[in-house]
Amino acid sequence: MKAPRVQLMATCLADAFFDDVARATVEVLEHLGCEVSFPEDQTCCSQPAFNSGDWPAARSVARHCLRVFNDAAPVVVPSGSCARMVSHGALLLFEGEGETDRAGAAELAQRTWELGDFLVRGLGVARWPGRLGMRLAFHRSCHSRGTAYAEGALTLLRSIEGVEVVEIGEGEQCCGFGGTFSVAFPHISRGMGTLKIEQVLATAADALVSGDSSCLMHVAGLADRTGRPLRTLHLAQVLRDALRAASEASA
Amino acid sequence: MSRPEEPIDRFAAAQSESRRSAVRLGSKAGHEKRTEVLFRDYADPDSLRRLAGEIKQHTLDHLDLYLERAEARREANGAQVHFAADAEEACRTVLGILQSCGARRMVKTKSMATEEIELGAFLERHGIESLETDLGEFIVQLDADKPSHIVKPIMHKDRREVARTFEGHGLGAYDDTPEVITRRAREHLRRKYLEADAGITGANFVSAESGRLVLVTNEGNSRFCLAATRCHIAVVGIEKLVPRDRDLALFLNLLGRSATGQALSVYTEFIAGPRGAAQPDGPEEMHVIFLDAGRSEILAGDARQILRCIRCGACLNVCPVYRQASGHAYRGVYSGPVGAVLTPLLAGERFPEFADLPRASSLCGACNEVCPVDIPIPDLLLRLRDRGKRAGVKPAGASPSMKTFARLASRPAAWRRALRAGRLLGFIPGPLRPRALRVWESNHVLPPWRGGAFRAWMAERKRKQP
Repeated sequence: MKAPRVQLMATCLADAFFDDVARATVEVLEHLGCEVSFPEDQTCCSQPAFNSGDWPAARSVARHCLRVFNDAAPVVVPSGSCARMVSHGALLLFEGEGETDRAGAAELAQRTWELGDFLVRGLGVARWPGRLGMRLAFHRSCHSRGTAYAEGALTLLRSIEGVEVVEIGEGEQCCGFGGTFSVAFPHISRGMGTLKIEQVLATAADALVSGDSSCLMHVAGLADRTGRPLRTLHLAQVLRDALRAASEASA
Repeated sequence: MSRPEEPIDRFAAAQSESRRSAVRLGSKAGHEKRTEVLFRDYADPDSLRRLAGEIKQHTLDHLDLYLERAEARREANGAQVHFAADAEEACRTVLGILQSCGARRMVKTKSMATEEIELGAFLERHGIESLETDLGEFIVQLDADKPSHIVKPIMHKDRREVARTFEGHGLGAYDDTPEVITRRAREHLRRKYLEADAGITGANFVSAESGRLVLVTNEGNSRFCLAATRCHIAVVGIEKLVPRDRDLALFLNLLGRSATGQALSVYTEFIAGPRGAAQPDGPEEMHVIFLDAGRSEILAGDARQILRCIRCGACLNVCPVYRQASGHAYRGVYSGPVGAVLTPLLAGERFPEFADLPRASSLCGACNEVCPVDIPIPDLLLRLRDRGKRAGVKPAGASPSMKTFARLASRPAAWRRALRAGRLLGFIPGPLRPRALRVWESNHVLPPWRGGAFRAWMAERKRKQP
């Protein structure tokens, strides 16, 4: 595919906490020749309300999202979770609603991409330039189940020279974030997160990498709180860092 | 750390470390064995799961037709067929049959349907001895406990606990050697089979084509229940049908592997009807009670896929919440992901009492990934959350209000202002912070607020590159 114009859905978490992830996403897409536009009226994909069971509230946010990304260009999201909300959750959310909503949601769903998936399956990228001497533990966030997201991210990460990707034990287990689940079920969420941290530490990796800032925020925040800091990187940050290393090497 | 408030979180927090560990390690081992065996034996287990899901869904979509067919076939085979609308009717039907054949003592196999209708307790109240013959269920019965897992009812116990129970019930002096425990149970149960007048079972599947009941066990107890008694009663949920005998090949291969990592369970029986003239033993009388008990209502709703469930327990084993909380946290016969969907649905009008169960999930989707009939459990949990909210159920936990969130997130100017104002977060004194934030911060360090920083960067670049 020729590098197209794309619309960036930065995600509400990047908007509030992880601006570097959004910046890295822009740089990665531009490196491939994409023209990146950022619709400024964007807010959130509606998932917090959807998962909390407040579907009327979720519908109003999801409708706003449909209006904001009304342009026909592909939408790229540096989050498997938000991408799945748009490509799957919104279809459930509008199931019993009017034809306009359902058609709008179906149309946006089929042109919305998780970042790694867009690079690999959308643009056909198979190798990533640059060199990073790093051992990375890759967390397959749960929203990648039944999708090609994790395979896309792994293809890219493994192709970077000097990067060793290590498997996390019990990789199918959730980190325990689950959005509002982490505050509504703090005890269980912490138990799940603690097991994940133990598995990650056992890999002796330099950093934990994921395509989802939300899992990373939970795991890193919990690790910090319990006095065993864990370095986390979003997929986009690793790709951006590799590009920087490549340009430094050629300079 | 703040006090857990959702019932399942509270239960998990109060549970002893040894119990949590027993449940976690037991379910982890079950999941790992299942995965190893499925992927060792099949090139593409996922396509088998999807196919099995489609067959089950097809059966449910035409259940009236298949029920009629099964009824006709079974009657032609010489068995009697009954329908029970609810638990009460099912129990009364069983009692009526037992009374008419003069039965005083009954032996039964493990069956979720009979758990659901609390048949054992009902019969005991009516003077009929009801004995569980599955080893795990037998121990549960001795302890007056509840099963905590669909397939492994005593996953929450260790052998020392079981040995104490046996000692307390006069089944020998304390000895926690598994072989000794098993031998003592066997000796006790063998006598009971011979004394029993009737045997009660469930059924894992019923073929509509032949009317055959399929019973799957690992202990062979169902064979004893049928061989030694005069009268066999099977209590079977109406969702247990499959269209044809040959469909059983797929389901039995998936069931054994998904439940216990076995290519096939040790005993699989196909029962067409009562003993024929040429057969030396087997029950003279055979009854099947098809149990509705809320299933028709589920079938008419938007969570009907849950009726595909073949009770393998794979979703419990892989579920990180089940591993933390254990089965009893779910307050029902069914626990784990399938219980979080089924229990509130089967509760009918008492749905609001169980509306917290579907919320007790990070929606990680591992349950769907292992389900042998590909039930989209996370989607069903979400629909039930919506239903709970519409029923006016208020969550006990610290979930923030989604009304305020939705107002902000549908008004871009207000959203941008909130992003900038969020930097004040760090200046709000602890006690004044919103409840959800306080809970979050009891477990986590919050990353620094960077609201608006990315937008400012984008705007700056735009200015520089016109």
